[in-house]
Amino acid sequence: MKQVDRQKARKRTLLLMKKNWLLYVFLIPAVVYIAVFSYAPMYGLQIAFKNFSISKGILGSPWVGFKWFTTFFETPRFWRILKNTLGISVYSLAVGFPIPIILALIVNGVKNTKWKKFAQTITYMPHFISAVVLVGMMSVFFSPRSGFINTILSWFGASGEIYFMGNADYFPHMYVWSGVWQGAGWGSIIYIAALSGVDQTLHEAAMIDGANKLKRVLHVDLPAIMPTMVIMLIMNFGSLMSVGYEKIYLMQNSLNTTTSEVISTYVYKMGLQQQQYSYSAAIGLFNNVISFTLLVIVNKIAGKLSDSSLW
Amino acid sequence: MYKRKRKKKRQSWDDRIYTVITQALLIFFVIIVAYPIYFVVVASVTDPAYVNNGTVLLYPKGFTLLGYQKVFTDNRIWICYANTIYYTVLGTGLGTCATVMGGYALSRKDLPGRGILMKLFVFTMYFSGGTIPYYLVVKNLGLVDTRLILILAGSVSAYNIIVVRSFMESSIPAELFDAATIDGCGNGTFFFRIVLPLSKAVIAVMVMFIAVSYWNSYFNAMIFITDSDKYPLQLYLRQLLLTASVSSNDMAAGMDREAITKLELMVQVIKYGVIVVSTLPIICVYPFIQKYFVKGVMIGSIKG
Repeated sequence: MKQVDRQKARKRTLLLMKKNWLLYVFLIPAVVYIAVFSYAPMYGLQIAFKNFSISKGILGSPWVGFKWFTTFFETPRFWRILKNTLGISVYSLAVGFPIPIILALIVNGVKNTKWKKFAQTITYMPHFISAVVLVGMMSVFFSPRSGFINTILSWFGASGEIYFMGNADYFPHMYVWSGVWQGAGWGSIIYIAALSGVDQTLHEAAMIDGANKLKRVLHVDLPAIMPTMVIMLIMNFGSLMSVGYEKIYLMQNSLNTTTSEVISTYVYKMGLQQQQYSYSAAIGLFNNVISFTLLVIVNKIAGKLSDSSLW
Repeated sequence: MYKRKRKKKRQSWDDRIYTVITQALLIFFVIIVAYPIYFVVVASVTDPAYVNNGTVLLYPKGFTLLGYQKVFTDNRIWICYANTIYYTVLGTGLGTCATVMGGYALSRKDLPGRGILMKLFVFTMYFSGGTIPYYLVVKNLGLVDTRLILILAGSVSAYNIIVVRSFMESSIPAELFDAATIDGCGNGTFFFRIVLPLSKAVIAVMVMFIAVSYWNSYFNAMIFITDSDKYPLQLYLRQLLLTASVSSNDMAAGMDREAITKLELMVQVIKYGVIVVSTLPIICVYPFIQKYFVKGVMIGSIKG
């Protein structure tokens, strides 16, 4: 009986596949791309456990076990790089996660539609600026000789010659707050959209009960966007270890490397500038495994605490 | 009703305080965001001497179009500009087609294997081979230092496919397809005649996402491209805006002092103009897409 059922089911599947063959054709470009540019590199990750040389190829190179991982853990730089990576990403999560939410709550409360639209358009704009231009702008604005930041600071009694871009102590702040400048408006879009779905009768009911604006924002608006917040938070944790290396790499100079060297920039330097392929593949793998584990854990916790989770 | 009630009842003092504080914060934030952008525009038409001594803050002093003149006569900029347009147009076209077709296929519940395919796509969002294996794959394919890699790299992303899939799942009901099938409409006709016209919003959003990322990317080019005739604009901008000033601090070897000072002087003049010229086109994309934006991206991502 069961076998007949299974056969029937299989027949139905085959029929569906035949009927929908064109959908598989639609998928070909995306699948080929993902296979070549995502899964083939994952296959190549085995060089992290090998002594890879280009002449021998991936398969021909001899296995060396965890040699490269221990090499990395034993370099004197290891702790500093790990600390920088985690420090910068936790800092940007702590600042970069709540600010778009606050911005969205404020924008949502604006009554004047023209001002609302204007504020939104202005705050979205920096999202379209490239990392190169952003860092270029920073380096001129914060320049010790000619930058306007120093001019403004000198009105308040500062020396007016602070070299922000070339100071290791300032680096995390420069990185995180320029990220807020660029991303807060864009990041608020998703929350503003979620807020537009809030039932107005809830607000009216709360008003009748005598709740003031702040209370209504905290007890009506905030709970309404909670699921979105949880999802965004989980996603942020997933990218905790892959800090924005494109921007960090551009901001690096010989004066700030003590705080600006993170795992991904180190991987780039070791791998592509010094051609230590196996070593840097191992560092990259270490990085990815940690961030993947973090994501899974946070997702589990979120699933337990609230009903929202990624899968 | 709601509005009339608000007008009749005067705001209580704590509401007024709330409004004043939040509005002040919003104004503050808008100024912080707008000022640097405004400054770049002002500085681009100002005599570099005034910009360099830090006296220009609100309005241009010693109006000049010299910067733009230099930008428009620098051949390198325009070669790279053309390259960027070429990569962006082809890459966006390719990426959008692959994403929309793939996303549609995955939105169909009667597609055997869709669950496993989805899982394979989603996994790539959270785990990757990393820079080095990626580089080796491209190298083995013989794509290093070719224009093709800059067109291909970054065209498809699992995230975009999922946004499209969620949009189509919620805006194109299965009954619509069933009805169309009864009328003798196959998968192909249904997709081109019905799905695409109904999905304008999400397609517009995809075009914007992908085009912006192509226009602004420099990292792939930095890794893969050595021939400077193939440089995209961002890589040349990096040279102009960043390397030039850093190397003067570090006094990079191999470049003599005179050449550096000359380059620096040139850079001082064209810096702001080149920022405006390179960023304006991509900022201008947004207003056209804005009306589709909320519809396209929200349905796609919130329900995802």
